[in-house]
Amino acid sequence: MLFTSYSFIGFLAIVILLYWLIPRKARWVFLLAASICFYYQSGKTNLLYILATVVTTYIFTNLIDRNNTKEKEYIKANKESLSKEERKAYKEKQKSKRQKLLVASILINIGMLAVVKYTNFTINNINSVMRFFGSGAHLSFIDIVVPMGISYYIFQTVGYSIDVYRGKSSATKNIFKFALFASFFPQLVQGPISRYDDLAPQLYESRKFDWKVTSFGLQRILWGFFKKLVVADRLLTAVQTIISKNDVYSGIYVLIGMLFYAIELYCDFTGGIDITIGTAEALGINLKENFIRPYFSKTLKEFWNRWHITMGTWFTDYIFYPLSVSKFMLNLSRSSRQKLGDKIGKRVPVYTATIIVWFTTGIWHGSSWNFIVWGLGNCVVLLISQELEPFYKWFHSKTKVQGTRIWDAFRVCRTLLIVSTLRLLDCYRNVPLTFRMFASIFKNSGEITAKNWGALGLTNFDYGVIIVAVIIIFVVSLIQRSGSVREKIYKLPYWGKFCIWFGLFLIVLIFGQYGIGFSASQFIYNQF
Amino acid sequence: MDAIKDTLLNMLSDLHPDVDFESETNLIDNKILDSFDIVSLIADINDELDVAITADKIVPENFNSLEALTKLVFELSDED
Repeated sequence: MLFTSYSFIGFLAIVILLYWLIPRKARWVFLLAASICFYYQSGKTNLLYILATVVTTYIFTNLIDRNNTKEKEYIKANKESLSKEERKAYKEKQKSKRQKLLVASILINIGMLAVVKYTNFTINNINSVMRFFGSGAHLSFIDIVVPMGISYYIFQTVGYSIDVYRGKSSATKNIFKFALFASFFPQLVQGPISRYDDLAPQLYESRKFDWKVTSFGLQRILWGFFKKLVVADRLLTAVQTIISKNDVYSGIYVLIGMLFYAIELYCDFTGGIDITIGTAEALGINLKENFIRPYFSKTLKEFWNRWHITMGTWFTDYIFYPLSVSKFMLNLSRSSRQKLGDKIGKRVPVYTATIIVWFTTGIWHGSSWNFIVWGLGNCVVLLISQELEPFYKWFHSKTKVQGTRIWDAFRVCRTLLIVSTLRLLDCYRNVPLTFRMFASIFKNSGEITAKNWGALGLTNFDYGVIIVAVIIIFVVSLIQRSGSVREKIYKLPYWGKFCIWFGLFLIVLIFGQYGIGFSASQFIYNQF
Repeated sequence: MDAIKDTLLNMLSDLHPDVDFESETNLIDNKILDSFDIVSLIADINDELDVAITADKIVPENFNSLEALTKLVFELSDED
């Protein structure tokens, strides 16, 4: 069920209405039923995958929790009789048991994700290697459909398993409640990736109805529709034309495509997240923000702290830190320092972990070499920036540009250019083609003619709508820096509020890309 | 505890000489320490103080101030 479809709007209206009408105690059960319905609409077999995740995670986390309780009770009961060494040995033994349970749980779930997402990618690579060595053998691809949102709910449940193992969360004893945490329908499409401690209590203990909160949620949904239907889906045709007809659209068109795609992806992904967070808010549930004006970032590092935040923090908390401070890495750090000196040696473990994390981030985005190179490209820029820190300090000590508006604007544009250049890998079908298209920017190719420009599929009216919409989004982002825009609108007189929200509703209605003869596209991040 | 605090202060000052770590109480929330700094710091602590900080202890509350970090390292060294 597409967020921008009539059926979703109807489904949402019924869910919100009934949710607030039924008794508070039954609301979580109703939400679970609604989530199952929503997921069922995306494909019956998809339910089996999420069911497997729920059941396995539930079993293993409860076993971990039981072991944890057993350890505490044993230590408490034998506090006097156990020596410090005996206590330590017992704890280590129990910890090792919990570790095995955690590893089993992660392997099953990540294994399932790997099979559905990466089997054909692996087969393709094996075939390429066999071709390279002149073998005529050829493995056939398997017919497998990646279930909707599988990366998101598996990351969410794996995070939960690790939290239970770490003692940060206790395992829920009610499998149906846990199923709701894993399958809460607004976030199945494209995240955000929630943490159990943040989300679960809100799902299970419904709040008292508050019209302000619900109306804020509906307003945010409308804002998401505006971004998605008025801007993202309008630009989609032009972006797809530039990418698919790369023999015609090279050179300057690649730059134009980069700009169009930057706007399209931003409006598509943040618009989708606005609908997600707005839907949850209309039900009185606060989800974590996934974006904080990412295109205002002055560095790539800052960009990644402001774009797809819940994914970034997930990778940091559950991969980067455990890997960086693992015994292996600490030993590597020690030996590197001894062999390479303090300065270089201490970088080895951090940089190794960073490369692994960005490789994983890349492959998470898609099962192709494009995404792996994209991930590693981000990593290279981040590490170079890290190494250039002393140079930047020297530069700023010699010049007076730091803190000036022009310098900040330059940095913002530079970051956007880096992000957009790397995103070319997201667009073209393979890595060599991407590099060729990037190189074409510097050659005298892709002349702008009325014919080519017209064939992008956008009329002057479309360009006008996009420009005005982007200006509106930009101004809203500027206002947002001093606090919630919806709160500011809420304080306006009634007619002011009405004009703004009804005006936005009309804009979506009149200028949105939907209706008969037009099929709204799926969200880009839905495929991950 | 004071010896641990002094050692940690030296390590932190090596990372960011321009920060007053004795008064700053929002090292993570104010983004003074990033993930690279934290991992370097943990490797230093492991090397010099022989205290292992596991991933589950990497939360803002433990790294937001010199005091909090000292308390964490002291507790972990005491556990050993």
